[in-house]
Amino acid sequence: MNNSNRHVISILMENESGALSRVANLFSARGYNIESLTVAPTDDPTLSRLTLVTSGNEQVIEQIVKQLNKLIDVVKLIDLSETDSIERELMLIKTKALGEQRAEMMRLSEIFGGHILDVTESTYTIELTGPGGKLDSFLRAIEKDAILEVVRSGATGIALGQKALHV
Amino acid sequence: MEPITGAEILVRCLKDEGVEYLFGYPGGSVLHIYDELYKQEDVKHILVRHEQGAVHAADGYSRASGKPGVVLVTSGPGVTNAVTGIATAYMDSIPLVVFSGQVPTALIGNDAFQEVDTVGITRPCVKHNFLVKDVRLLAETVKKAFYIAMTGRPGPVLVDLPKDITITKTEYHYPKKVKLRSYNPTVKGHAGQIRKAVDMILSAKRPMLYTGGGVVLGDGSAELVELTQLLGYPITQTLMGLGAYPATDKQFIGMLGMHGTYEANMAMHECDTLIAIGARFDDRVTGKIDKFCPTARIVHVDIDPSSISKNVKVDIPIVGSVPNVLRAMINVIRDEKLKPDAEALTQWWRQIDEWRKVESLRYRPSTEVIKPQFVVEKLYQVTEGQAIITSDVGQHQMWAAQYYLFDRPRQWINSGGLGTMGFGLPAAMGAKFAFPDQDVACITGDGSIQMMLQELATMKQYNTPVKIINLNNGYLGMVRQWQEFFYQKRYSMTYFEALPNFVMLAEAYGHVGMKVEKPGDVEGALREAFAMKDRTVFLDFVTDPGENVFPMIPSGGGQNEMLLAERDEMVSTHEEGMVLV
Repeated sequence: MNNSNRHVISILMENESGALSRVANLFSARGYNIESLTVAPTDDPTLSRLTLVTSGNEQVIEQIVKQLNKLIDVVKLIDLSETDSIERELMLIKTKALGEQRAEMMRLSEIFGGHILDVTESTYTIELTGPGGKLDSFLRAIEKDAILEVVRSGATGIALGQKALHV
Repeated sequence: MEPITGAEILVRCLKDEGVEYLFGYPGGSVLHIYDELYKQEDVKHILVRHEQGAVHAADGYSRASGKPGVVLVTSGPGVTNAVTGIATAYMDSIPLVVFSGQVPTALIGNDAFQEVDTVGITRPCVKHNFLVKDVRLLAETVKKAFYIAMTGRPGPVLVDLPKDITITKTEYHYPKKVKLRSYNPTVKGHAGQIRKAVDMILSAKRPMLYTGGGVVLGDGSAELVELTQLLGYPITQTLMGLGAYPATDKQFIGMLGMHGTYEANMAMHECDTLIAIGARFDDRVTGKIDKFCPTARIVHVDIDPSSISKNVKVDIPIVGSVPNVLRAMINVIRDEKLKPDAEALTQWWRQIDEWRKVESLRYRPSTEVIKPQFVVEKLYQVTEGQAIITSDVGQHQMWAAQYYLFDRPRQWINSGGLGTMGFGLPAAMGAKFAFPDQDVACITGDGSIQMMLQELATMKQYNTPVKIINLNNGYLGMVRQWQEFFYQKRYSMTYFEALPNFVMLAEAYGHVGMKVEKPGDVEGALREAFAMKDRTVFLDFVTDPGENVFPMIPSGGGQNEMLLAERDEMVSTHEEGMVLV
């Protein structure tokens, strides 16, 4: 995927049943891409924060933003790619950890700022957070055969500075 | 305050909302509601014969009157039958509030009898929908439904009512107003953008006004007429926009698009400044998008931001309601005594008059066989241009749009966006409920009319006299036309080898039936039918089966690539066009 076409859209919406499916439905009905989507209630339990990673040219992104705003449940949204922002993703990874692998895996985890959450005789379960690219790098850095399971949360993000998305 | 049941609350909400007619069909999940309706007389329930008919009738009522159309259906098949009607209203932005029964909350998700996921099924074709899970939220939800349906870009809103909600009691309070933090449509146009737009509009050498259904829905007709006449510019209207600007005025150069006039499409193609108002650059209007208005700068006024720059990138977008924005434009022009370029305009009109000489709506008259265009022309004369006209979908729809000259908004009612065959008859009934003293005619064809025939019984029950103008050519004419042009006359499944005797059919339903086979009898039959003020009359006109709709821009063509009658009998389209519809 062309990175310049990648957009992280952060949405504040009513925390009501069906709200998420309205967003998902919109994307499938209009043929837009969803690379990832995460959603959870905010400090205000009547609101959910949804982060959506999508891609498309300028015209497509403009339509996506307009169509999202048109949904009655959407309160506010921001295209984080158009502002200074940071993006974080959580990854949980279960790896083989046998013999010399154990030390190597621990060292790599440390380099990437990971935490080992669980250890068995033959496996490690590692937690890693960061921008998506960093998680990709970690997966490339370790032996492919060593990976037993990978869970990624999808990206979330927030604008830097004083800019804040709230009601 | 005494607690009352959800069913009673719903009926009281409808009264408080001023609902006069409720179009519906009963069933198990809505029995409590029907029981409450029985006990009162303020809200008149119209019992249709099919739920799709209920929605189209409410839709026709709304399009004619400007008020919201209100529907009540039962769960399961009641809802699925209503979906075509809801989608029809959604595509044309018609404000409806549809109440649907649902199985009791405890049974939702159990595959209960007559259960469907109504909120899920209707989600893609409503402006918004609600499932009421707590009777204490019912009144507020109804208020929200009406508010959302009627404001901003209008549209259908559905409220799903589980049966237990309608029997549970609570105190009734109908809110006077609702405010939604997540919904606040922009009505007033941005002053700076309006100023910029006025400058662009007045600097035009070859200007063109292109207006759509948004002018009708936004009640912006008066402002549109004032602005257009102040500027002296040519104006074209979409299928959905007809009537907002009077068709008999000399500045109106006809409908545009696939079956628009030669002068309207040529003027679109050649204009240097396009002023789009309440129109959405639909594919039936633009033709091939990269050949659309190649030399024009574009101003676009629309209440829905997502309609702007969706298909065609515009130079000056203005989000706001049509009357509001046009009024502001008129004020700027008047206050500053601004004038258009008179010399350029004279030349532009000279060019347009040249195109007009092509007479693209001319057709070959006949004394032997009835030409469908001739029927519409005669209908226009007999009704003195005053009738409310609904149509179904197909060739007859285009002939109605081309040959009946609509001079006022809400006079022309048709399914433009979804193109729903079967829409015309129930819509005509709905319009008649809104305006019982006006002539209402439904222009239809032998294909479309058979899709909603059962509503003839409803029309008898409630005595809504409508004149049905059936342009009967024995074919699914529009599809046949495409097969003739693009599929080497392989008429696959477009000929009806069996048609009912429409005269007997009308009589079976208690109406008057008339069959007309000679051109010389057309006017007399129409006069006779319209003289029967209190009867629904089914006029079955046997028309030329080979007649085609012209002009026509074949799929994939540019606006200047029109086929004209009698000049381009055989046509072909290129491969690129064949993938389009």
